[in-house]
Amino acid sequence: MPPERRPASEDALAQILREAREPVAVRGGGTRGAPAGGAVLDTTALTGIRLHEPGALTIVAAAGTPLAEVEAALAAHHQHLAFEPPRTGPGSTIGGVVAANASGPRRVVAGACRDSLIGVRFVDGAGTVVKNGGRVMKNVTGIDLTKLMAGSRGALGVLTEVAFKVLPRPETRATVTLRGLDDTRAVAAMAAALGSPFEVTGAAHGPDGTHLRIEGFAGSVADRAERLAHVLAPFGTADVTEGEGPWPAIRDLDGFADAPGDLWRLSVRPSAAPGAVARAGALAHRMDWGGGRVWLVMPPGTDLRARLGAVPGHATRVRRTEADGIADLPPEVPALAALSAGLRARFDPRGILNPGPTTA
Amino acid sequence: MDMPVPDPAILARKDRIVAALRAVLPGDAVIADPAETRAYECDALTAYRCPPLAVVLPRTTEEVAGVLRACHALRVPVVPRGSGTSLAGGALPTADCVVLGVARMTAVLETGYADRFVHVQAGRTNLSVTGAVEGEGFFYAPDPSSQLACAIAGNIAMNSGGAHCLKYGVTTNNLLGVTMVLMDGTVVQVGGPWMDAPGLDLLGVICGSEGQLGVVTEAWLRILPKPEGARPVLIGFDSNEVAGKCVSDIIRAGVLPVAIEFMDRPAIEACERFARAGYPDCEALLIVEVEGSAAAIDHQLGLIAQIARRHDPVELRESRSAEESMRIWLGRKSAFGAMGKMGDYICLDGTIPVSALPHVLRRIGELADGYGLRVANVFHAGDGNMHPLILFDANRPGDLDRAEALGADILRLCVEVGGCLTGEHGVGVEKRDLMAVQFDAPDLEAQLRVKDVFDPDWLLNPAKVFPLDATAGRRAA
Repeated sequence: MPPERRPASEDALAQILREAREPVAVRGGGTRGAPAGGAVLDTTALTGIRLHEPGALTIVAAAGTPLAEVEAALAAHHQHLAFEPPRTGPGSTIGGVVAANASGPRRVVAGACRDSLIGVRFVDGAGTVVKNGGRVMKNVTGIDLTKLMAGSRGALGVLTEVAFKVLPRPETRATVTLRGLDDTRAVAAMAAALGSPFEVTGAAHGPDGTHLRIEGFAGSVADRAERLAHVLAPFGTADVTEGEGPWPAIRDLDGFADAPGDLWRLSVRPSAAPGAVARAGALAHRMDWGGGRVWLVMPPGTDLRARLGAVPGHATRVRRTEADGIADLPPEVPALAALSAGLRARFDPRGILNPGPTTA
Repeated sequence: MDMPVPDPAILARKDRIVAALRAVLPGDAVIADPAETRAYECDALTAYRCPPLAVVLPRTTEEVAGVLRACHALRVPVVPRGSGTSLAGGALPTADCVVLGVARMTAVLETGYADRFVHVQAGRTNLSVTGAVEGEGFFYAPDPSSQLACAIAGNIAMNSGGAHCLKYGVTTNNLLGVTMVLMDGTVVQVGGPWMDAPGLDLLGVICGSEGQLGVVTEAWLRILPKPEGARPVLIGFDSNEVAGKCVSDIIRAGVLPVAIEFMDRPAIEACERFARAGYPDCEALLIVEVEGSAAAIDHQLGLIAQIARRHDPVELRESRSAEESMRIWLGRKSAFGAMGKMGDYICLDGTIPVSALPHVLRRIGELADGYGLRVANVFHAGDGNMHPLILFDANRPGDLDRAEALGADILRLCVEVGGCLTGEHGVGVEKRDLMAVQFDAPDLEAQLRVKDVFDPDWLLNPAKVFPLDATAGRRAA
């Protein structure tokens, strides 16, 4: 196997890809899922914040820059990445966050990583440098390849630079918690909260309760949290607590991501989540995004899709215990699969970038 | 502006093409009489006109698929059209094309309040989407100023924005899924009433693709609970620089207004003459609107006033009532009408980094002087989306050409300072030939590849978005 490569510039990376004769496995920090087979192409030498303009709410960074460095630079100006990327370890890179379109609880109001991403530079499979988008948050010039790159897991090109719209970091936060609700009641409570005008920025449900987050300026947070608790009175008496609360743990799936079994992620309309969970027979489960995203730990080798039947939405296996012939990715209808395959063939004509199914 | 020469073979087969369309559509859905197709000869960029070969107005996704299958088989170009409000010529026909209008596809297919989405046919107008859900306290956030008339199909094609993007994002951030028909008649569903989709983000690439990739017939849109309230403050300054600095300071302070609108002196004066909103006599005016609970509004307006006072405003007028809010917005909302009273104008929509605002406004003034033309600026300052309005007289020989040349210079300036050609109107035919200013050849080539995959015969919305010389080989293929 050819040696691992760790280019220190976009030019060097482009040259590696132009000269590549074998498949490469593109890797940032290696914290968000195993790369496919092939010689490792490591992006962690492409580092540095290229531009941070707090007054314009924008930051641009080389793709190998640690996520922690980007977040620290923003925090110094009381700003943050609104999509709340899950933390997966100290090695996590900002390019890896984009390649995985990794988004946390605030996605329910602030959108996913792809919604904050406003520009990219990448090297395609032929070794050509391509830029798309830019550093301004309103830009409809040409075809939006920026979104196409988010979540593409290196299948179309290797990211070298990423630009984000950022937002002010809320001054304070509070969590309104209801306890003892079953899945159906919990989803109904979360729908009531997310449909209220109190600007709920997180809605998650697990064994420790049903949590709703309110953020903003101090006086306003206390006022809205109290009124939200009042609206939720039909679901029980809510506790209101100040501070970070359970959200970092919810974001990072603390104590759940490593549980024994296969880890599945379900994306459904929230009102369909309780029925899906009932059919799944999971060892354990958590809900985020008001029930729109469900994490399930399944007995190894269980075909969750077969158990769910015709629930609209899709199920992805994020971690399997062993190879068992069950596809990790949901099946694509043939017409969409043909479009995706066509894009891969044109951006990577030799099929050398992370060969294998596109994960997301 | 050049357009490709119409294909004489297609023009010669008009009868056969119309017959094929009538075979798949009800009689009233096919328009072939030249007197009637003339109604579709242009969109809101009225400087360019060309009646199409025929117009079809289908009512269902199946009918759209029938039209596209027929056109694909006969190799006839198709120009998709929403409500025809594009300011960029995005729906400009060619003489050898069939215009596919979705204006009859206006149904609400499903409202899911508990799941916060609405499923509509794509011809439904933007404002009537909110109309369909506001009874339950919800709204659809993107609000282009043509929202009374413009269709969701066009909003998706152009990735339309509006005044409230700073907080709510643009169309692509509020679109959950679409049903789309490919040029060969294949119907695909991309995304749906859930928050993310597996595989490549095809929805992201479809939104904003200006009808190059397929015809969107249905959409799942995210709806949001209406805020408890909203109130603006009007702040006047004696220079553009100071107003620009104030915008930046407001954002840095952690306030996230839903809108920050900026008007310069020519715009203020024009609006004042037209609407008599009582705006102060000053060089630059900001309208900053915040929303939320009463406490949140008070707190944010207090902070904004504190920041603004550091910049010695000539006027600071906080709205205390719905009536006062209306008066503050009155001038701004009538800006385009006011300009129309003064004569003809071209409206640009380049975006710039907010920090470049003072420099860009100064340069626009210098460029306009060089051409002997006047420019008024009204724009969304929070997100850097400029709207320079170039005033000219269409009856004076050479004036339109001069205005277009000034427009091109201003857009080059936007790109030069790190911005882009278009923030929300789209490229269409208007900015097609400027694409090379913003993109190098490999950047454009990468975009053309996407078109190759979705529309390999290059039949959809011909001669838009990409410079003709960049696409010549493909179009001839």
